[in-house]
Amino acid sequence: MKCVDPGENFASWRAAARSLLDENVPPHEVLWEKAGGLFPAARVEPPASPRLKVPAAFVGLAESAACHRDPSRWALLYQILWRVVRGGERHLLSIASDPDMAKARALEENVHREIHKMHAFVRFKLIDTDEVSGRERYAAWFEPEHFIVEAGAPFFKKRFANMDWSIFTPKGCVHWNGKLLTFTRGIPENPVEDPDALEAAWRVYYRSIFNPARLKVKMMQTEMPKRYWKNLPEADLIEELIGESKHRVTRMLAEELRPVKPRPKNAYLDKLQQLSAEESS
Amino acid sequence: MELDSKLAILADAAKYDASCASSGAVRGNSLGGKGVGSTGGAGICHSYTPDGRCISLLKVLLTNLCIYDCHYCINRRSSNVRRAAFSAGEVVKLTLDFYKRNYIEGLFLSSGITRNADYTMEQVIAVARTLREVHDFRGYIHLKTIPEASPELIETAARYADRISINLELPTQKSLDVLAPEKSIVRTRHAMGRIRNKLDEAHERRKGGDRKIRHATGQSTQVIVGADSSTDADFLAQSDDLYGNYKMRRVYYSAFSPIPEPSSILPTKAPPLVREHRLYQADWLMRFYGFKTTEILSPETPNLDLELDPKLAWALRNRQDFPVDIQSASREILLRVPGLGVRNVERILNIRRFTRIRLADLIRLRVSLPKVQPFLKTEDHNPSAYLLDSDALRARFVPKPQQLELFSADEMR
Repeated sequence: MKCVDPGENFASWRAAARSLLDENVPPHEVLWEKAGGLFPAARVEPPASPRLKVPAAFVGLAESAACHRDPSRWALLYQILWRVVRGGERHLLSIASDPDMAKARALEENVHREIHKMHAFVRFKLIDTDEVSGRERYAAWFEPEHFIVEAGAPFFKKRFANMDWSIFTPKGCVHWNGKLLTFTRGIPENPVEDPDALEAAWRVYYRSIFNPARLKVKMMQTEMPKRYWKNLPEADLIEELIGESKHRVTRMLAEELRPVKPRPKNAYLDKLQQLSAEESS
Repeated sequence: MELDSKLAILADAAKYDASCASSGAVRGNSLGGKGVGSTGGAGICHSYTPDGRCISLLKVLLTNLCIYDCHYCINRRSSNVRRAAFSAGEVVKLTLDFYKRNYIEGLFLSSGITRNADYTMEQVIAVARTLREVHDFRGYIHLKTIPEASPELIETAARYADRISINLELPTQKSLDVLAPEKSIVRTRHAMGRIRNKLDEAHERRKGGDRKIRHATGQSTQVIVGADSSTDADFLAQSDDLYGNYKMRRVYYSAFSPIPEPSSILPTKAPPLVREHRLYQADWLMRFYGFKTTEILSPETPNLDLELDPKLAWALRNRQDFPVDIQSASREILLRVPGLGVRNVERILNIRRFTRIRLADLIRLRVSLPKVQPFLKTEDHNPSAYLLDSDALRARFVPKPQQLELFSADEMR
């Protein structure tokens, strides 16, 4: 059994996996474990032979699955890599129902979903405005389940190119200054607790756009699971909105029906009526 | 009036429009610009309200003052609802402020009709123009247009927007005459036809290499379900026409729901929400699964089965076509198997080039076995003829009545 440290991310795992393939070490003889674990990790020698040809589809899958927090992802990815490169299963990536592939695709899906949720649920707060340039600085706190900060960051760079911003998370932080994205270590606690001045208006909007006559709580929760709520300024309205919806509908249904009123004198309405008359004749 | 009060009134006034898409725009971003914003790819839902609807755009009316008298609408002139009006600057600022905090993908702007169609259209355009030209806003803009507005104004709106729309609301002129006397199907369709031509022109120019062109990429519309006696077959036939002849990106179905200030000539009972859900499912079958409207509904049964999704209902009516062999059936046939969605059909087509498919494979693809088993043959499964012939098959799928309201949107696969 060989104990190998996968490092922190896809790049470090790839380097390790390459040398293992190079040395023909089969998956069942590898124990992927962080250095400092129970066993001393073997030193990974840089591969001597030319680079192995690996299908592009595998690289895409592995890059995403590597962001998952599941510690077994490294072994799973090596297993798939081995089967493709050494086992001759060149079509494995096309067989979505293969047990290893199904697991890897599930990891990939979780990661993609979490990146999407990061793009959706990050809430920036205005920190300050530069007095000279007028450039604004924003910051947000987000708690992702997986290691997705790097993968999720380019979206914010493209969208908010002309403001400075930081997104702080326990699994890594990212900062943009208009020129460069920089990544720093994760931090354990939210450094931007104070509410933003616009949150009040946002909550007014959230409350007003809700239609109490069509309650579908389960649907909401499928798309916006509770674990995100604590960092969403609108989420503490949910319970109240659900609670009062029944009463609001009952009140609407009990309202007196409004009679049809005659058309007021209005030149434009006359014109419309004339147009309609011409259309129907 | 305080801005918050206006926002409360004018968001409340806009919430009956079901449209929420922020997808399908041309790819763009704020790198190299001076403002904020990016579009392209799938839209993002930034929040969800307890009605299960997503918040993607700041959806507001510029004003809920209106000279029209559409009885299903809370903003009609005969309603006593509180009225408010935003200034263009207020909407612009709210949009930018919300956008910069990542609350929204952009703006959905509609308006009550004040004075006349052209005047109203100009007010709406002014907001979009300021966002684009003064603030270099590159986020998503959806503008509601008015069929009676001049074609030039509608085209101007399309140049500032990513999507524009006109709501049909009701499928027949007869219904409109009663419930929305100012509206005309003829005028609406003419306007939609003109919009379609302009969208096509823009598309051609883009294809021809014109990268600078800024123009909406699509139009959509909404119909209200359950406010008149139109059947599901009426709605689907109409949608089929709208997708085919007007190249609608989306037709939204909005189940009429009780509103404050109810009109005496509207039905007091709202249709079940599941009817709206079934219409969306049928709409998907038409757009992505190769079904014709006449296969989904017939003159004898003009309404969708509320208890079963329309694909399953179709399969039960056409049992003679099943079971199909997962190893050899064509893509078109596999798409018609209840329980198989577009993505899994693609996967199956890939997998079967290399291996024979078994039930365990389907489980790993997260296909619901109880749903597909009666209709599919696999390497290790052949449904008995008895099962397919039995009347018990329908009973197997019909949910217990109290579960009806628990359906979620992903139920149709």
